[in-house]
Formats: sequence, structure tokens, C-alpha cells
Amino acid sequence: MAAMDAPPKIAIAGLRKAFGPKKVLDGVDLSVGKGDSLVVIGGSGTGKSVLLKTILGLIQPDAGSIRIDGEETIGMDSSARERANARFGMLFQGAALFDSLTVWENVAFGLIQGRGMARAEARRHAIENLAAVGLRPEVGELSPAELSGGMKKRVGLARAIATRPEIIFFDEPTTGLDPIMSDVINDLIVACTRDLGATTVSITHDMQSARKIATHVAMLHGGRIIWTGPISEIDRSGSAHVEQFIHGRAEGPIQMQVRA
Amino acid sequence: MNPLAAIGRIFLGFLAGAGRIALFAVTAVSHCVRPPFYPSLVMRQMMDIGYFSLPVVGLTALFTGMVLALQSYTGFARFQAEGAVATVVVLSMTRELGPVIAGLMVAGRIGASMAAEIGTMRVTEQIDALVTLSTNPFKYLVVPRIVAAVAMLPLLVLVADIIGVLGGYLVAVYKLNFNMSAYLKQTVDYLQVMDVVSGLVKASVFGFLIAMLGCFHGYNSGGGAQGVGRATTNSVVSSSIMILVLDYMLTELFFSTR
Repeated sequence: MAAMDAPPKIAIAGLRKAFGPKKVLDGVDLSVGKGDSLVVIGGSGTGKSVLLKTILGLIQPDAGSIRIDGEETIGMDSSARERANARFGMLFQGAALFDSLTVWENVAFGLIQGRGMARAEARRHAIENLAAVGLRPEVGELSPAELSGGMKKRVGLARAIATRPEIIFFDEPTTGLDPIMSDVINDLIVACTRDLGATTVSITHDMQSARKIATHVAMLHGGRIIWTGPISEIDRSGSAHVEQFIHGRAEGPIQMQVRA
Repeated sequence: MNPLAAIGRIFLGFLAGAGRIALFAVTAVSHCVRPPFYPSLVMRQMMDIGYFSLPVVGLTALFTGMVLALQSYTGFARFQAEGAVATVVVLSMTRELGPVIAGLMVAGRIGASMAAEIGTMRVTEQIDALVTLSTNPFKYLVVPRIVAAVAMLPLLVLVADIIGVLGGYLVAVYKLNFNMSAYLKQTVDYLQVMDVVSGLVKASVFGFLIAMLGCFHGYNSGGGAQGVGRATTNSVVSSSIMILVLDYMLTELFFSTR
């Protein structure tokens, strides 16, 4: 999906991961161009989160290759991995804010611990990032337990962009939010990533969100990418799986396991 | 089901578990000596493990010393050996009961809280978030807890020893009518440096064990709230058992040739 002459920002080839007998990723091939916003869609339990966590090094794959700017990341030692992860930001599904820290300390965490920035300066940056996601400076003094679901997502987004990462991952950014707050989060994602010029990979079930934030879409099914293309072509994909998924039909080639 | 296969499976599971704990311990120790270090987190853990455990450790040590004096008096009185009460109290407290009582109390209070806190961080993806923020979870979560526990347990045991001996003294003097100065003299006369040092070494080992097992069970917890609950229980049970097992082994090591 990247221009032919530009090397992909993220290049995944033959990625496999199984948990016991269950093959979750069964030869995933995917590339994301610099500045692209790829949304990975797929049913529950198809391995979308595993794919993101494998790219981040949180899960070790059984086989395959993951290259970031041409550099192989699988098999990196822990210090090289930490350096590589400094280029990533991530918004987790439940925001994953640190309970023991205040909101501004959460946002400034990567700056203080990862970059060694002084607390006073990091606090100023944190307040700026909170403002970028529409939160007032006073929110910075609250603890995560005092925030609503939408505010937690905003704080998670502020933390994800605080270190100005080159690549940002969004794990179900609108899950559990009302439609209006979902749209607010989508707008913030688009604005923040555009301002940073970051490459993004999002996973979602929410097609409205996907249409808003994606430049490209990939569908994961049966452990493989079964369709990929620009968002403008998703309605003309020619894939029965994609058609069924984007229209949310129970009938089609994707059979949901109703009984456990 | 074949019973032999079942026994084999349990044995292999036990070996795999022991191997995972050993690997976790080696990884934790290796991170203890490599930067970055987080002194503020170590200090916070020291306060939690040391200062805030003082009331519970002090109270249990006080009553342990008191009941020890009472029981040894009733036993020794049958042989007209009541004079040995002070020696029995001080040796039992410094060599065994101080470290074991403090260890068990800290295992219940701190080991459980470590497993619950880190387990909750695991199931809410906060540990994954640390990794994405270029922070090694071992250095940030595990190392400060282990360093603080290894440093603070001996201090807690020292306090427990003193309070336990004081408990024995109070019962001996005010209930059993022992002579005040004779009791103190006998307490000091038969006490050797090795008796106290062996207890403090045990305390450090127990501190490492409690923090390491608390962190291990929390770090590897899964399955939501139920998984965190299981991690907490496993942490307390395994560290309590290991405290008693290691107490015997260390006693054997220190005193078997004496």
C-alpha cells in the first residue's frame, strides 16, 4: 500500500503464532507505508490484538519477520527492544492508565522514565498534551479512578502521543463509548496523528470509526490477511468476507461460533 | 485415566513451575545490578514493607515472646529448670521465632499486596503499557520490591527480637515473679552474636522470597479478577511454606555442627 519506491514503515511477512493447538496468526503478510493509517478489521478472537502485541514485542511469534524501517525486530535483545519501542505509542482498549499515578504523571511517564526529562518540564508537556485532547489542566491532578471512560481514552491518547512517536497503535479506540464520544475520539485520533505525521495501525470492530480514521484497511480472518486495500475501495472489495463484516450480517462465509 | 500418567503430569507440572520461578528469580537478580535504578520507588517500598509493617510484626512478636515465657516456665517447672526461661526466650526469638513470625506476617501483608497490585496491572494491560513506554517492568516493578524487602526484613526482625524478648521479660517479671536483674543478666549472658546474625540473614532470605514470589505470581496472573485472587492466594501460601522450609535449611546450615 505504500508507494513502490518508498520502503514500508512496517513490513510483516509469514507471521505465525499459536497458543497450544489454536493457531491465531497463520502466516500474516502485511505492510504499512510511512504516514499511512491502517485499520485492521476482523471478528472477535481473530488475533487482531495478538498482531499488535507481536509487533510491539509483547508476544513472541513462533515464526515470521517484522521489520520496522527495514530493521528486523524479532529476536532483538531487551535493550534494543526498548530503543525500538521508544518509536511507538499505544492507546490500549481500556486505556491502561497507571492507578498509582495522577493523570499528568501518566501522560508524562514516557518523557520522565523513557527520555529522562525533568519532572517540571515533563509536567508542562503533559498539560499541553492534555489540552491537545480537549482536557483542562485541572484534570491532570486527578487520579485515573476519577475519570469517565471517555476521559480515560483521551488521557490514554495524550499519553500515546506525548513522546511524539513515529508509529501509534490504537486497540479498539472507541469500544465501550457512546456514539458521540466515539466520534470525538475518532476526530482526536485523526487530528493528533496528522499533526505528528505518524504512521498508525488501529484495530476495531467499529466500521464508522474505521471509515473515519483509515487510509487503508486490512481484514484478518482465519489467521491471515484475506483482503487489504484503500478505505475508498472497501465497499467494492469483491470479498464476501469483507462484505459480510462491514454490513454486520449473520449469514455469510464467516461462521460465528455460537456455542462454546 | 492412567494413574501413573496423572502422577507424571503433576510431577512435570511441578518441575515446570519450579523452573519458571527460578528463571524469574535469576532475571530479577540480574536486573538488580543493571541500570536504570529507581531509588524513589525503592524508598516507597521500604516505607510500605518496613514502617507500615511495624505494628503487625511488633504485636505478634510481643505476644509470641509472652506466650513463650509462659509455656517454657510451665514446662521447665516440672524439672526445676525455671532459670532457663530467659535463655529459651531470647534464643528462640532471635534464632527462629523473630524471623519466622516477621516473615509470615510480611508474607500475608506485603506478599499478598504485591501479587494483587502487579496482577491487576497485568490484567488491565498496565504492564504492557510500561513496555510500550520504554520502561522495563522488571526494573520498575520487581527490582524495587525485592531490594526493599531484602533490606527491610532484617530491620523488622531486629525490632521483633527486641519486642519479643520484652514480652517474655514482662511475663517473667510481672506474672511469674522472676527477679528483674537476674532475668536480664541471663538473657544477655547466653546470647551470642551468631544467634542474632543468623536470624537477620534468615530475614533477608525470607524478604527476597516473599517479594520474588509475590511479584512472580502477580506478573504471571491472568483470567481477570479470579486470576488476581488466585495469584494472591498462591503468593501467600507458597511464600509461607517456603519460609518454613528455608528456615529449617538455614538452621541446619548455621547450627548443625554446633
